[in-house]
Amino acid sequence: MANNEIGTNRVIVGAHYGLKDFLVQRVTAVVMVIYTIILLAAFLTGNNFSYEGWAGLFAQQWFKISTFVMFIALFYHAWVGMRDIWMDYAKPASLRFALHVATILWLVGCAGWAVQILWRE
Amino acid sequence: MSEAVKKDRPQFRNINFLKNLPFYYWPIGAYVSIGHRISGFLLAALLPFILYLLEKSLTSEISFAHFQGIASHWFVKLIILALVWSYLHHFCAGIRHLLMDLHIGLTKEGTGRTAIVVLAISLSLTLLVALKLFGVF
Repeated sequence: MANNEIGTNRVIVGAHYGLKDFLVQRVTAVVMVIYTIILLAAFLTGNNFSYEGWAGLFAQQWFKISTFVMFIALFYHAWVGMRDIWMDYAKPASLRFALHVATILWLVGCAGWAVQILWRE
Repeated sequence: MSEAVKKDRPQFRNINFLKNLPFYYWPIGAYVSIGHRISGFLLAALLPFILYLLEKSLTSEISFAHFQGIASHWFVKLIILALVWSYLHHFCAGIRHLLMDLHIGLTKEGTGRTAIVVLAISLSLTLLVALKLFGVF
């Protein structure tokens, strides 16, 4: 019976046990690697290393969207990584919870700022 | 396990940060690993600074000049260098992780070799950026 498997005898299937976070960390990492290659290729082949070259790159809508996608990947990646650090070192549950909440607020705040920077007129 | 297999190895119990940790043998992969964690933490903690620089560099030509002014201070250069090292190390060590997920270089010798490659690439590129930042070339 399923009810008998609750508690210390539960069968460890069904719950995700970190697989989702493991995959998220890999997928978001690959997104950032690809973005790094795009950024380097776009900027270094532009032959314009002044303000015009830099701002001109970020003025294009496709590049704004690519940067935005990379930032979302970055913030999700940073959440998983920071959470792992707190889980390893912050032992009291109350402190760990507070640090988790602070990390989320920190990253969401950064996400808002990133959007404002990208789509400012 | 039979008694014959047991070897006389040093035992570490109730590890003391100062007394034990400096004498604990670190394989080279351990340096890459703790570097991965420290660099990731630095990058996340300094995100607002990175966004601030990005904002300054993009908003206008005046703010771009302001950005250049900020970035020419020696202390800011040091912070930027720390971020550059963090990025390079995290990038290289991360690719090592991805290769390990594909079961590449999982042997004892393999992990040591890839760890050396990670440190060689990230540290030499960081050195190059450092020389460029502080105007050697």
